[in-house]
Amino acid sequence: MLTAEDKKLIQQVWGKLGGAEEDVGAETLWRMFCSYPPTKTYFPHFDLSQGSDQIRVHGKKVVCALGTAIKNLDNLSQALSELSNLHAYNLRVDPPCFSLQFLSQCLQVVLATRLGKEYTPEVHSAVDKFMSATASVLAEKYR
Amino acid sequence: MVHWTAEEKQLITGLWGKVNVEECGAEALARLLIVYPWTQRFFDTFGNLSSPTAIVGNPKVRAHGKKVLTSFGEAIKNLDNLKGTYSKLSELHCDKLHVDPENFRLLGDILIVVLASHFTKDFTPACQAVWQKLVGLVAHALARKYH
Repeated sequence: MLTAEDKKLIQQVWGKLGGAEEDVGAETLWRMFCSYPPTKTYFPHFDLSQGSDQIRVHGKKVVCALGTAIKNLDNLSQALSELSNLHAYNLRVDPPCFSLQFLSQCLQVVLATRLGKEYTPEVHSAVDKFMSATASVLAEKYR
Repeated sequence: MVHWTAEEKQLITGLWGKVNVEECGAEALARLLIVYPWTQRFFDTFGNLSSPTAIVGNPKVRAHGKKVLTSFGEAIKNLDNLKGTYSKLSELHCDKLHVDPENFRLLGDILIVVLASHFTKDFTPACQAVWQKLVGLVAHALARKYH
């Protein structure tokens, strides 16, 4: 469960991104495609070359959705309800835990490369818990 | 048989040469115990693990973290024979330590985040991809002798 301290740390970390959401999103997706090639199977309709516009646009979308979640940490289920439906019924990212785990790992790496020492164990833990909670909500309606 | 390209080997050894094994090892193990607190169950004899500060400052955690990462260094010297390198350690983790192999994957991912925070933009996507491959193979080699 996210403690009050976790929520504070997450909001602080997100605040430090200062407008770089598009870059963070694009880089997270790119790293995910490089490190975990099977994740590309969910994007057969995309141009997946480095720097592609579709990756940028989609990365921004993902990060903005995470930003919305972060503004609604006390009610993730409701805040992500639409996305939960989308992932369960349309996208069917399978298995939900695994693939979202890869996105989570890559987001952590991007945040760590940008924040360096500021990406403390406490921040790392809070972000990991947040991504885990988000993944759970997105997987809620799978069956 | 695992295949490493010359470029992949260079990305591994090039980064490894700049790693402070003691610091990185201590940090990786501390983060494992902090981010995934259930892993503390394997370290009952380590004393005070009651808070992130206690864990980070715990001398046994530091020492063991160094041991773990030193062993990782052995793997890097033997990239073409990870199975052989980890054979005895695999038996140990199964028969004596009773560690669920899922934990090797967790530690591998944590190590990657530690490297990312130390090397920042030098930890490029290409670098991360090769290191994810490495930690995955190390985890696999450590799980190989489980029965």
